[in-house]
Amino acid sequence: MDLNIIWFILIVIILTGYAILDGFDFGVGILHLFHKSDADRRISINSIGPLWDGNEVWLVVGGGALFAAFPEVYATVFSGFYNAFILLLMMLLFRGVAIEFRSKREDQKWRKSWDICFSAGSLGAALLFGIALGNLARGIPLDEKKNVLSGFTDLLNPYSVLVGLTAVSLLTLHGAIFLIMKTEGEMKQNISGIVKKLIFIFISLYAITTISTFIYQPHLLEVFFRNIWLGVIPVITLLLVLNIPREIHFGRELKAFLSSSGTIALLISLVAIGIYPNLVISDPVPQNSLNIYNSASSKNTLTTMLIIACIGAPLVLSYTIAVYWIFRGKVKIDKNSY
Amino acid sequence: MNEVVIFLSRLQFALTNIFHYFYPPFSIGLGVFLVISEGIYLKTKNLLWLQVSRYWTKVFALTFTIGVATGIPMEFQFGTNWADYSRFVGDVFGSALAAEGIFAFFLESGFLAILLFGSGRVSPKFHFFSTIMVCLGAHFSAVWIVIANAWMQTPAGFEIVMGPNGMRAEITDFWAMVFNPSSMIRLIHTLMGCWLAGSFFVLSVSAWYLLKKKHIAFAAASMKVSLIIAVVISLAQLFFSGDKSAKIVHEYQPSKFAAMEGHWKSGPAGLTILGFIDESNKQTTGITIPGITSILIGLDPDYAIKGLDSIPLNERPPLQITFQSYHIMFSAGVALILLSVLGCFLWWRGKLFNSKYVLWMFVFSVFLPVIANTAGWITAEVGRQPWIVYGLMKTSEGVSPTLSAGQLYFSNIMFFILYLMLFIVFIYVLNNKIIHGPEPAETLETESSLVKLPQKIRDILDSKRKE
Repeated sequence: MDLNIIWFILIVIILTGYAILDGFDFGVGILHLFHKSDADRRISINSIGPLWDGNEVWLVVGGGALFAAFPEVYATVFSGFYNAFILLLMMLLFRGVAIEFRSKREDQKWRKSWDICFSAGSLGAALLFGIALGNLARGIPLDEKKNVLSGFTDLLNPYSVLVGLTAVSLLTLHGAIFLIMKTEGEMKQNISGIVKKLIFIFISLYAITTISTFIYQPHLLEVFFRNIWLGVIPVITLLLVLNIPREIHFGRELKAFLSSSGTIALLISLVAIGIYPNLVISDPVPQNSLNIYNSASSKNTLTTMLIIACIGAPLVLSYTIAVYWIFRGKVKIDKNSY
Repeated sequence: MNEVVIFLSRLQFALTNIFHYFYPPFSIGLGVFLVISEGIYLKTKNLLWLQVSRYWTKVFALTFTIGVATGIPMEFQFGTNWADYSRFVGDVFGSALAAEGIFAFFLESGFLAILLFGSGRVSPKFHFFSTIMVCLGAHFSAVWIVIANAWMQTPAGFEIVMGPNGMRAEITDFWAMVFNPSSMIRLIHTLMGCWLAGSFFVLSVSAWYLLKKKHIAFAAASMKVSLIIAVVISLAQLFFSGDKSAKIVHEYQPSKFAAMEGHWKSGPAGLTILGFIDESNKQTTGITIPGITSILIGLDPDYAIKGLDSIPLNERPPLQITFQSYHIMFSAGVALILLSVLGCFLWWRGKLFNSKYVLWMFVFSVFLPVIANTAGWITAEVGRQPWIVYGLMKTSEGVSPTLSAGQLYFSNIMFFILYLMLFIVFIYVLNNKIIHGPEPAETLETESSLVKLPQKIRDILDSKRKE
């Protein structure tokens, strides 16, 4: 296994980590307006209060790692998707600020405005990430200098929007399960009711996406036809989703959460396996694609970065686990809360 | 390349960075202050210091959050607006940025959660440990981003080779990149600027409380600690790091140095204290003391310094901005020294907390480090022009080829509105915090973290209550 493959895997892992972690706080945000009382909304915000900031760091690290390991991809994707990406950044900015400022005044108008910012920002960010994933899977027109030739509206093609909606449904489900872990009583009951509907919505969208992939994006499936055993991944994904209501029924909330986390990880890995060894597929001129070799940094940098990652990863994992451990259990509102 | 696209991309980078950089210096500076005050509390168990550290932790959290929120777009702007720059330097520059994420941001954000929400869930000692980690994280992020910037100013440890899609810079020696000629002094200069921002922030709020005769013990304690930091650091900033920084700029970036000093004719250089650059007559008008710059750099009034005349027109930075921002930074720095020395003198005479005028000066002093830090970075960045990487790549060559002016108008306006809103909300929330003031010491004792305190401390608390 060469360095380029290792870095492809590492980037996928970082982005998967980001999707799982910031994913549940997007989900909590999307569901935020479903809670009617201020008390419930405070619990909703405080469930992610100590965690969202650290979750977003995964995106920053993903961006940095992509810049260092595959600078061509970093340059092409972010400049090519300029408008979409600026919008995404603004949504992330808005929701972060909304979380922070909502509690600063008792005034109901103030709180409602920030509630809407928080929820809309979360929904928009989840949708845009999904649409981006859809476009990466589908391929984008690149010229021979690897610059993107399409505009913002081209990103909103039916297939990518479908992937976007699937992502929204999955992250909402993921967030709902997280809230179940963090709440008690009536609020928990209400969310449990929503979870069943969300599972139904997600499975429907997942099915439609899969069928569309078969019809419209056969290039993603070649590798699966060549290696039939990889077909196990979508099957496990489905089993994991179906496992969620079972775990909730038996009150094993953590296992339900791990199931939805696993679902996210497997779906991302499906896309990653489908596009490998490319990072950005050029469509319609495949020879302009950016793959793990023609977009990578030098061997020297990849090695240095691997050393940095080996030093950093245990540290990062240990304090991520420490923080999640310290803030485990149900949300309790106290005077330090949002 | 479209001039408008280049201009608007530069404007956006300047705008977002200037707005962003209001906050991190406060976080970094307050981080140090928090470690000191919580350390004193753990040592003395005096509730006053718990009050001090709790209050400033909340202010810290505010500056930190907005710092993170405004900082995320920074990480990606190299890709969105400077794609060709990213393609050219990614191999070198990317690793510093990635290291910042891995080593600094995770540390900071993880332990900040414990700092803010953890009292009651962790022991006071672990809480203190978290404070140190957050402070360290804030400093690490400065380390890596300053290294990355310093590499753009004084590139080292790389070679230009043919990459898969054209010429690019590739790293040859990671440590030579990290310890490039200006990185360490630039880092010290930047960090000192941050410590000053933090300590004058504390001084400003504390002076206001003293003037309003509110929270007097709290304000006096905060003021003493930050005044000590302020006087030491402001002096060191001028006589050590400022001096060294100027020497490095003179050595490695003569065009920037000539613009900073408004020095036209190669040869001995005077020090212009106040003035302006007259580009049409190729001279600098103002109050100039002959020979001083030559003495400061070369210890000799006749020491020859490269003037603007030896720099081709198309390699000169914008002169007026570089010159004026440098002088604004310098003046603000000198004002900080005078003010902190005056403060210390009055403290020694026992008059500080009653001198109305001086306290008012301290209330407004918080703007000085902000001005100095901003003007300093403008000097560094505008002075580097027309280069994006000094001597290697022009800024105009680094911009993303796919962008249109329309996209940039949109993003500039959006960023401006958003960052301005954030700034207003920041001021609003900060103002509320200042008016609200610290939690009274009596309520702190009921807090869960104190339940774990030894009996001795609880006895002291009880006796205090009886008073």
